[in-house]
Amino acid sequence: MKNSHPFSNFFYSLSGSLVIMEKDARIYYIKPPVIIFGILFPLFFFLAFALGRKVSSFILIPGMVSMSLFFTSSSVGPLITPWERTARTYERLLTTPISLFSLILGDAMAGFIFGILISLIPLFLGFTFFNVKVVHPFCLIGNMLLSSLCFSSLGVALSSSATEAPSQAMMLSSLVRFPLIFISGIFIPLNNLPNWGKIIATISPLTYTTDLLRFSLYDDGFYPIFLDLLMLVIFSILFFGLALKLHKKNLIKAI
Amino acid sequence: MDKYKLAPEFGGERKTTQEDKIAIKVSGLTKYYGDFLALDRINFKVEKGQIFGFLGPNGAGKTTTIRILTGILIPDKGKAEIMGIDVTKDPIGAKKIMGVVPEVCNVYTDLSAWENIILAGKLYRVRKGERQKRAKQLLQKFDLIKIKDEKTKKLSKGMRQRLILAMSLIHDPEILFLDEPTSGLDVKSTHMIRKILQELKLKGKTIFLTTHNIEEANLICDKVAIINRGKIVAFDTPERLKSAFKRTQSIEVSFDRMPSDIKWVEDIPHIDRYQILGDKLRLYTPDPDIVIRELTKYTEKNKLRFVSLSTLGPSLEDVFVKLTEEKETKL
Ligand SMILES: Nc1ncnc2c1ncn2[C@@H]1O[C@H](COP(=O)(O)OP(=O)(O)OP(=O)(O)O)[C@@H](O)[C@H]1O
Ligand SMILES: [Mg+2]
Repeated sequence: MKNSHPFSNFFYSLSGSLVIMEKDARIYYIKPPVIIFGILFPLFFFLAFALGRKVSSFILIPGMVSMSLFFTSSSVGPLITPWERTARTYERLLTTPISLFSLILGDAMAGFIFGILISLIPLFLGFTFFNVKVVHPFCLIGNMLLSSLCFSSLGVALSSSATEAPSQAMMLSSLVRFPLIFISGIFIPLNNLPNWGKIIATISPLTYTTDLLRFSLYDDGFYPIFLDLLMLVIFSILFFGLALKLHKKNLIKAI
Repeated sequence: MDKYKLAPEFGGERKTTQEDKIAIKVSGLTKYYGDFLALDRINFKVEKGQIFGFLGPNGAGKTTTIRILTGILIPDKGKAEIMGIDVTKDPIGAKKIMGVVPEVCNVYTDLSAWENIILAGKLYRVRKGERQKRAKQLLQKFDLIKIKDEKTKKLSKGMRQRLILAMSLIHDPEILFLDEPTSGLDVKSTHMIRKILQELKLKGKTIFLTTHNIEEANLICDKVAIINRGKIVAFDTPERLKSAFKRTQSIEVSFDRMPSDIKWVEDIPHIDRYQILGDKLRLYTPDPDIVIRELTKYTEKNKLRFVSLSTLGPSLEDVFVKLTEEKETKL
């Protein structure tokens, strides 16, 4: 009765991730920390940056979309595992036939879907009120998918520290996420940055997301798109690998 | 696949070797937490269709053992096989055929009882039709069907534990692991859980449970192992364990008024130890006859009346105390 065919194993794994994703969506999308960090934060950032100044839609829309991709995708991950540990549902979950890989993939997928859905809002606001047009549709779609996956993996990696209560995990995750916003060229186009700014900006994945959005919507990118996409792939693998490693390490510390 | 093989009754190959009868096989299992040795080369086998009780004082290593058997912890040395599957090598394969109720766990309080059990079904990849049918049957069986759509926040502890047990049975597992399933529950829930465990046994399922409740082990377990400080100190049927300790019989006595000074008890010959239990006095002795004679003399002299007098064989509790005590004094 062994399920050893590689394909059936693959689908068995994937079906597990989908169940996890569905569970996460039902339970965690509506938790206050997720609403605050995933929806209200990008909104406040937007207000803080955009209001009271003359900001062109060229800056505003790509900035807003990449910010909601970033904040919303990475808002679910940090909450899930600490919450399950505190609520005592984690050990039961670990006894079900779901590998740690599928579990983490499921958590990442939950952030991924949430990020995509919420970031469609500023995108459509741009279409409707700012006359934004999509110049490179495939690049836009590819960017949104890849960036969302990258940031949701970051979120999951931030959830794994063993002893943190949910609130502490959210705090820690903000400590990591805010600098990534400030150093990226999210509200200032890269070629307006001084040289040191350009160099620092390269270490934030958000830089590439924003750059790709400017390219997709205004045909005006700073880096070659191939490089942007490659960097996002590298960051995704890095964050997902980190999530896997940290979860494995902290697995039983605080069941 | 197995399904299409003929059963022995119909001329199929009869293959019942020793190994086929074994549900759990543990050999040389060792686990360290840092420098602390939590399990020290433990060995045991559990036969299919048995209720196996794992007894031990706090911190003995029961939960550690169960966590290794259920694929959550990885042992430092040794091997654990569930139905012939090595848990460390194929954890997913092993997890598919087991149901687990961890020591401290909860349901998702944001979901209803129904949603919780359906989620469990999905996690075990039970097909939709089957999942709904079994979920309904199980909720009925555990007397939870009336509250199936209520948020589980409101459920009592006993109801929640019953729901967790129902969830662990959604995929009709061959083997069930329960870590102190009845601790802290009221009589109704405890009885219901014990009854269902016995029904499962009759269906040929194997059950591994840990407990502090020695009476529970005595009542429902076919075999027990007693673990102390990471070592198995006894392994047998409850009856045989008790008879191995025949030496420790006891006499329970109560008088119309309890003598305030109890020192005289120590002068009675052949008393191993004694205990005051409420208004009763319990005396442990290999020779009840002499002790009863001495007690009678004492009551006559002091003008006391017996209210009750009974002799008891060794209880599993005595065995347990004796075994776990001996180990400690040796150290
Ligand atoms: N994660 C851990 N890190 C360090 N030590 C641990 C850890 N888990 C358990 N221990 C220690 O290992 C020993 C065995 O623990 P275990 O939980 O297996 O005992 P138990 O028999 O289940 O006890 P109880 O009856 O209290 O549930 C204990 O001394 C405990 O302190
Ligand atoms: Mg325990």
